[in-house]
Amino acid sequence: MKGTPTLAAVKAPAALTRSAGALAGRRHLGLIAALALLALVGLLTQPDNFATSSNAVSVLALASTIGVITVGMTFVIIGGGIDLSVGAVMALASVWATTLATQSYGPVVMAVCAVLVGTGAGAVSGLLVAYGRMVPFIATLAMMVAASGLAQRLSDRRTQLVKPENDAIVALSTTRWLGLPILVYVFAAVVAAGWVLLNRTTFGRRTYAVGGNPEAARLAGIDVRRHTLYLYALSGFCCGVAALLIMARTTTGSSTHGNLYELDAIAAVIIGGTLLTGGRGTIIGSILGLLIFTVITNLFILNGLNTSDQLVAKGLIIVVAVLLQRRGLPGTT
Amino acid sequence: MAGIVKQFPGVRALDGVDLEVRPGEVHCLLGQNGAGKSTLIKTLAGAHQPDEGEIRLRGAKVRLASPVAALRLGVATLYQELDLVDGLSVADNIFLGHEKARLGFVSTGETGRAAVRLLARLGHGEISPAAEVGTLPPAGKQVVSMARALSHDARLIVMDEPSAALAHDEVANLFRIIRELTGQGVAVVYISHRLEEIREIGDRVTVLKDGRTVASGLPAATTPTREIVALMTGRDVDQVFPPRPAPGFHDDRPEVLRVEGLTVPGVVTDVSFAVRAGEIVGLAGLVRSGRSEILEAVYGARPASGRVLLDGRPVRGIGGAVALGLGLAPEERKQQALLLDESVTRNITLGGLRRYSRLGWVDRERELADARAQIDGLGIRPDDPARPVRTLSGGNQQKAVLARWLVHPRRLLLLDEPTRGVDVGARADLYAVIRRLSDAGIGVLLVSSELPEVLGLADRVLVVREGRTVHEAAAADLDEHRVLDMIMEGSAL
Repeated sequence: MKGTPTLAAVKAPAALTRSAGALAGRRHLGLIAALALLALVGLLTQPDNFATSSNAVSVLALASTIGVITVGMTFVIIGGGIDLSVGAVMALASVWATTLATQSYGPVVMAVCAVLVGTGAGAVSGLLVAYGRMVPFIATLAMMVAASGLAQRLSDRRTQLVKPENDAIVALSTTRWLGLPILVYVFAAVVAAGWVLLNRTTFGRRTYAVGGNPEAARLAGIDVRRHTLYLYALSGFCCGVAALLIMARTTTGSSTHGNLYELDAIAAVIIGGTLLTGGRGTIIGSILGLLIFTVITNLFILNGLNTSDQLVAKGLIIVVAVLLQRRGLPGTT
Repeated sequence: MAGIVKQFPGVRALDGVDLEVRPGEVHCLLGQNGAGKSTLIKTLAGAHQPDEGEIRLRGAKVRLASPVAALRLGVATLYQELDLVDGLSVADNIFLGHEKARLGFVSTGETGRAAVRLLARLGHGEISPAAEVGTLPPAGKQVVSMARALSHDARLIVMDEPSAALAHDEVANLFRIIRELTGQGVAVVYISHRLEEIREIGDRVTVLKDGRTVASGLPAATTPTREIVALMTGRDVDQVFPPRPAPGFHDDRPEVLRVEGLTVPGVVTDVSFAVRAGEIVGLAGLVRSGRSEILEAVYGARPASGRVLLDGRPVRGIGGAVALGLGLAPEERKQQALLLDESVTRNITLGGLRRYSRLGWVDRERELADARAQIDGLGIRPDDPARPVRTLSGGNQQKAVLARWLVHPRRLLLLDEPTRGVDVGARADLYAVIRRLSDAGIGVLLVSSELPEVLGLADRVLVVREGRTVHEAAAADLDEHRVLDMIMEGSAL
């Protein structure tokens, strides 16, 4: 098959992507430069700890959970929406998958359960937005609150341990291939699949069209409502996968998982150059944005700095990133 | 203004423009898209600073450093996309930015009274200053914009295509207002693509081409169209409309579209007609006569009762319409048809994505090849498939919308205002394209506010009034005055 989903293909046929693509490419370079700068800071401040393989692994493992969510979020935002419920839906999926009843069926059913719960919750949000004509912010805010409550109810506000006989789940985090835990590969697979979906399929094209100009998309014969539903379901699906990863990392399912993940995911997407108004954006940018965030967290932890300062730093980074990007946007003529 | 030069990176948008406007006159500014009209009026509005040249107001050299500075000096600009805040009241919009306020508290009573005075001066006392602007029709919004200009005590008002969004009767009202303003000594710079309007309202004409003044001070009423078009395009446009086959030519062709008893509650009532293969059928009517709604209902974009048959098969929803071979070029090209930041290619292939994909996977080589074929076939310029569609001229954007439907075999095209915002030179080109498509056997249903366009391009014309078809005839047998009579008859004027 043509057009293998490698990163090199991003800049493939110059004629097709030159205008918007070149812009995205330049933005990505900026993000990579920022990442390099942060790495330099890490090397200078913590020469013994930062550049170790164990630290790299912990950064990637940390990034994996939110990273998977960020992929779904990128789709929703390019499609002109927003999903505030991701953290809560992930928590709900992790709780539902670790109830005693679910656990009795073994790890495979637990995994399927997490993904189904996530997709289902996303589909409900999608129904509300697409067919109930609710503003995405409100529909997913409602889903966030409701999912959070349901997770607390199901778990009785207790943290549910993954039972020893279901250790296959935890193995995602403990088993390593080529030095990396499996969950990093899961993350990479979701990113690759997301990239292909967005850049090489009709689904991706329609996502840009629906977010960029919904009326034009509708009149071009695209079923905008159904597509919107799919986008939220996709985001929910990603939350389900993320739930699996967090269960693997923490060996628990809990209603407190994923607290404020929605903000990190949205911030990563914005830093990555996706417009909140929809119609423009890239997966690669979102992932770079997320890595920047994760490395900052890592630097603060390694240097033993206050987490409150870390939040202030992140806030500043969002502002700086958006200000820098605005310069790169083409003017409206 | 004399010798104005404005340089943008890589482009010399204005290359020595002279413009002289006298008090109390309507000075028309003509030029093709890209001739520099927009840049010139932005310079006048203080939004752009000229690199060379000088601007004199009442003899004194001035610097319009910002839009606010321009307003203070009495130069107000009405942009094509009216810059009103939909959620605020009429009065608040008029005084936006220079509110009648004390210590930050808006004085509602005073604002309201001042707004009433301004609206009355414009002959629109019926618009309530408390009304929310978003609820007003386009003509009403325009009046509010004009009141805002007057609230700054403007001595020069620049109007960028003020008639583009207006119906026939509303244009007449606009002209009345303009005459009143000029009677009070206000000068108006009027930009329009419609030559008929310029003849009616204009005093003198300045023609721009490629950033230069090529003619100025021409008498608006008497300069021959041929001369104006030649000045604008730099070439003679002998025949604006392509030749059409004799009336009755299509009578033995099969029917592509049959509409029976089409009714959109409150808008369209019991409309029936047919379009034959290769035939261009025009719908003539006022803006709210239901003509666009007929198009949308046929396309399945608007709930309606009655039967719509394409090649004898019922059309259900937009998806069904597209699958059966219908295509719509909607009225508002930018809002309803185009993804402005996306490439020409992606805009062209949006409606036919399924053709380039297997199991959802897009074959980008075939996509590009087809887009190239359309770009060449329709003569889209510049012929760069990767260019963002935003950077194309109106005529070329419209061609891209047409191309979207031509990548897969179409039976019938629905064209709503195909030449809106397209300059005179490019129109002839677009007309030729439409005729070529119909010659290839595609049926065309055309809606246009401009009667000459309907009468010149269509084979057969349906006259629509208040949601009903009141007349049907071969276009060759109709003239503008008769159709106008039919359109207006009985309408509240």
